[in-house]
Amino acid sequence: MRNEWPLWEVFIRGQHGMSHRHVGSLHAADEEMAIKNARDVYTRRNEGVSIWVVPAHHIAASSPSDTGPLYEPSESKVYRHPTFFDIPDDVGAM
Amino acid sequence: MYAQMIKSEATQDDPEKLAAFQVRIDAGDKIEPKDWMPEGYRKTLIRQIGQHAHSEIVGQLPEGNWITRAPTLERKAILLAKVQDEAGHGLYLYCAAETLGVTRDELTEMLLDGRMKYSSIFNYPTLTWADMGAVGWLVDGAAIMNQVPLQRTSFGPYSRAMIRICKEESFHQRQGYDIMMKMANGTEAQKRMAQDALNRMWFPSLMMFGPSDAESVHSEQSMSWKIKMNGNDELRQKFVDQTVPQAEFLGLTVPDPDLKWNETKGGYDFTGPDWDEFFDVLRGNGPCNKERLAARNKAWDDGAWVRDGLMAHAEKKRAAKLAAE
Ligand SMILES: [Fe+2]
Ligand SMILES: [Fe+2]
Ligand SMILES: [Fe+2]
Repeated sequence: MRNEWPLWEVFIRGQHGMSHRHVGSLHAADEEMAIKNARDVYTRRNEGVSIWVVPAHHIAASSPSDTGPLYEPSESKVYRHPTFFDIPDDVGAM
Repeated sequence: MYAQMIKSEATQDDPEKLAAFQVRIDAGDKIEPKDWMPEGYRKTLIRQIGQHAHSEIVGQLPEGNWITRAPTLERKAILLAKVQDEAGHGLYLYCAAETLGVTRDELTEMLLDGRMKYSSIFNYPTLTWADMGAVGWLVDGAAIMNQVPLQRTSFGPYSRAMIRICKEESFHQRQGYDIMMKMANGTEAQKRMAQDALNRMWFPSLMMFGPSDAESVHSEQSMSWKIKMNGNDELRQKFVDQTVPQAEFLGLTVPDPDLKWNETKGGYDFTGPDWDEFFDVLRGNGPCNKERLAARNKAWDDGAWVRDGLMAHAEKKRAAKLAAE
């Protein structure tokens, strides 16, 4: 408690060219150990080919109370989705 | 289960906020760490996830007991991988608990000084190699029964930890059953060992689901908050119905003379475990309680200089890097 190892957030990139994805967190004294621990804790079954670790206190997060102002504006913009537009079948693939 | 008899905490929150919270739960929303939540929800979850994490960690001890004595190199590698998974499960769960505002060291200290519990099952000894089979088959089997529905629990980090755990758990049960098959089809002595392991593990496994729902005062609140997904009796019944045919396949006898298929209910009638023994084990009087806690305390104490040393080294490196910039 007095001298607890800091918390790190772990991001793993899987095999198929996807982005790094947050998988969880862990404690480690420094970044080198955080990567080693991440490898042991989060890639025991070939889950990844690349590991990022970030000190948890460096992550800035949006606040749950901002959900409305942040995400509601996009709800009304249905024309951003291709299915908004009716294109006749005769036009072919589009 | 891994989390047995979780006392749910009373909540004294604004009734309006409570009602809105319940609406979110009922709608299937996931609650995330920064969301508003009732104090009782937070405290109950810390206790439950903490107990679950402690069970994964202490649960390494009875199986770790056999790693150096596994009968083949392959069995040794498999058991080692299984026990390593359990360490991982403990870590996923500690992380989930920490998002609720408790630190890892606080959780550890509460385990070490007995303020927090772990599952009663790990206070039983593993006397022969056949116990490695019985533990994987029955103990991990019972754990799976409880963990699969918990993937849908309302607290996001807990649910995500359960999803990871469930992906790994089926290997645990299958490697256990594989050991049982080998023993049950082996020599007379091996068969006797397999039967003996089943005899000793059967009732402690049934205890894992906790006392009868009729006596579980705290289930209701946890059920409505989707912290607890099923009743204890319901899961125990499901476990028995699934496990009895597996024992028959092995040619082993479940140590319950009153076990009988009940056509009308479509399940087995069976004898419940001795609940006096269960409560006694919870009170610290099981065959291995003292040994388990002593082992955890020793590991924590012996590791103190490593934790401090690595921290000091990291700080020194950081300072040197700063000075070089
Ligand atoms: Fe586990
Ligand atoms: Fe387990
Ligand atoms: Fe397991």
